Amino acid sequence: MALHIVCCVKQVPDPETPPSQFRVDEAQKKVIPAPGIAPVPSQYDPIGVEAALRVRDALGDVKISVISMGPEAFRDAIKHCLAMGADEGYLIDDPALYEADHWVTAQVLAQAIKEKLSPFHLIIAGRQAVDWDMGVVGPTIAEILGLPCITIVKSVQVVDGKVRGERVLLDGFETVEAPLPAVVTVSNELGEPRYPQLRQIMMAARKQVTVWKAADLGLDVAQLKNRVNLEALYIPQVKVETEFIEGDTADEKVEKLLQRLREAKLI
Amino acid sequence: MAQDVLVFAELTEEGKLAAITFELLGAARRVAQALGGQVACAILGAGLDGHSQEAIARGADRVLIVDDPLLKDYLGEAYVPVGERLAKGVAPALILMGQTPMGRDMAPRLAARLGTAVAMDCIDLEVREGRIIFTRPCYGGNAHAKYSFNTSPAMATLRAKAQEPLEPDPSRQGQVERLEAGLDPASIPTRLVGREKQKVEGVRLEDARIIVSGGRGMGGPEGFRKLEELAQLLGGAVGASRAACDLGWYPVSAQIGLTGKVVTPDLYIAVGISGASQHMAGISQVKNIVAINKDPEANIFRAARWGIVADWKEIIPLMIEKVKVMKEVGR
Repeated sequence: MALHIVCCVKQVPDPETPPSQFRVDEAQKKVIPAPGIAPVPSQYDPIGVEAALRVRDALGDVKISVISMGPEAFRDAIKHCLAMGADEGYLIDDPALYEADHWVTAQVLAQAIKEKLSPFHLIIAGRQAVDWDMGVVGPTIAEILGLPCITIVKSVQVVDGKVRGERVLLDGFETVEAPLPAVVTVSNELGEPRYPQLRQIMMAARKQVTVWKAADLGLDVAQLKNRVNLEALYIPQVKVETEFIEGDTADEKVEKLLQRLREAKLI
Repeated sequence: MAQDVLVFAELTEEGKLAAITFELLGAARRVAQALGGQVACAILGAGLDGHSQEAIARGADRVLIVDDPLLKDYLGEAYVPVGERLAKGVAPALILMGQTPMGRDMAPRLAARLGTAVAMDCIDLEVREGRIIFTRPCYGGNAHAKYSFNTSPAMATLRAKAQEPLEPDPSRQGQVERLEAGLDPASIPTRLVGREKQKVEGVRLEDARIIVSGGRGMGGPEGFRKLEELAQLLGGAVGASRAACDLGWYPVSAQIGLTGKVVTPDLYIAVGISGASQHMAGISQVKNIVAINKDPEANIFRAARWGIVADWKEIIPLMIEKVKVMKEVGR
C-alpha cells in the first residue's frame, strides 16, 4: 500500500534580512517586506519535505503532498517543495483567512487534509514557522484530528505501519514510536534539505497547484474565530552602548575586558 | 470568574524541581496577586518525593501531585490527558509552562483540548484591567508581539530566565493534594523506545551562565578547542553559529540561532561571529554580550556591551592565560 505523507509549508519574509532593513508597520501590526528581498519557504518546512523524501528513499512507494494556507505568493513555497521532489501541491487561498491566528490555521489545514487528502498516513510540519516562531500548528492539527504526535524530531522513519521519531532533548534525544496516521514536527538537527536541480525546478514549474477556498473544504469562515488577538507588534528598543575596548597591545585589551567583566560580576 | 493560575512543574534529570519551575511560580504569583487568585502547581512524575514544600516555598498555594509509573518520562499521550483533567479541576484563568521540550509539546495540545490557545516562548506577562497581556519575541527576535486571549484559560510557555523566581520562603503555607493519574496503558498509543544522552562536557547550553560561542571567523574546528578551554575555565558552555555548524566545525546540537537553540546566559562571548539575523535570534534576550571580531563593521557589535576588534587568535589564548591566573589568585 502506498504511503501518503502530507507536508505543511509556509512562505515567510526572508529571516536573513539584515536587521537594519527590518521594518514594522505598528498600526497594521504587520512586517513591511524589505525591498528587493524575496520571501522564502519557512526554514523548517523544506526540512519537513526532506524528511518525507527520506522516507520515500527508504520505502519507495510514497506519495508526498504539500499544503499551505495563505495568499497567492505562498505558491512559491509550494513550488520549491515540488521541485525538491514532492508530488502534489495544494493552496488554501481565502482572503477571509488572511488574519487567521494559529488555532484557525490549524483548524483549516486539518479540515483540508481530512476532507481532501485522505487517506493520509503521516503529516509533517516544521518545528515552527520562522516568522511568528510560535510552533503550535503541527501539534494542534494532531489534536483536531485526534492523532498521536511526535514533536521536534531529528529523524523520521516509517517501519511496519509505525512512525519513529527521534525527539531532540536538552541533552540528547529520545526515540518515540507512534502508530499511523500520526503527526510529526521536524527540527534543523534532521539535516540540510536537498536543493532542487534545475531540471526539477522546470518540472515543478509546470505542475498544477490546486487552490481551495474555505467553502471548498466545507468550512464556514464565520464559525472560525481567532482565539488570540495580536494587540501590538513593534521593534523592541534595545539600547546597547557598545564600549570598544582599546589598548596598545592585545594584552592590554584582554586585561581591560576581564576587568570590566569582573566589575559587572559576570566572571 | 476564574482567578487562579496553574503551573506545570518540570523536573530535572535528577528528579529535582527545575529552575524554570521557580520562574513560572514567580510569574504565577504576580499574576495571581493582580487577579486576586491562588497559585496551583501540578507536578507529574513517578516516585515523586519532597517537592511540595519547595514548590510552596517558591510561591505555590496548592500543590497537585500525580505520581504514576506511566508518568516517569514525559510522553505527550500520557501527560496531555492528565494535564487536561487537572486543568479542568482547577479551572484557572491562566496556565503556565516552560518553553522546554515538554512545554513545546504539551502546551499546544493541552490548549486544543481545553478549547483555548497558547502564546509560546513569552518573555513577559502583565495584567491590565483584568486581562492578561503576553509579550513574546517573533521574527527571530527582530520584533516583539503582544497578545490577549478571547478564550479561557489563557495559556503561555515562558522562556528560561525571562521571569524572576521568588526567594524561597520556608514559612509559606500551602495545601498538598495527591491525585490519581487514571491512565489506562492501553489508551496510550505512543511508546518511548529509548533515550540517548549526549555526552556534554561541563554545563548544558540551556543552563549555562556563561557561553563562549564561535562562528565562521574561527577558521576551522581547531579554534573550538580553545573556546572549550576558555568555557571550562569560566564554568560555561560552548556554542556555535550556523555557519560554523554547517561547515562541520562543531556539532549541530550546539547551534545557537533561529535554527538552533535560544539561549539566555548572563554572559555571551561571541568569537568570530558576524551577527547575522540567523544568529541574533538565538541571543536576543542576552544582556551582556562580548564580541571579538576582526571586522569593526560586524553586526554583532551593535548588540555587544563590550567589543574587541581583533583576530581571536590574539585574544582568546591570552584570555585563557589570564583567567587561569585569576583563578589561582582567587584560590
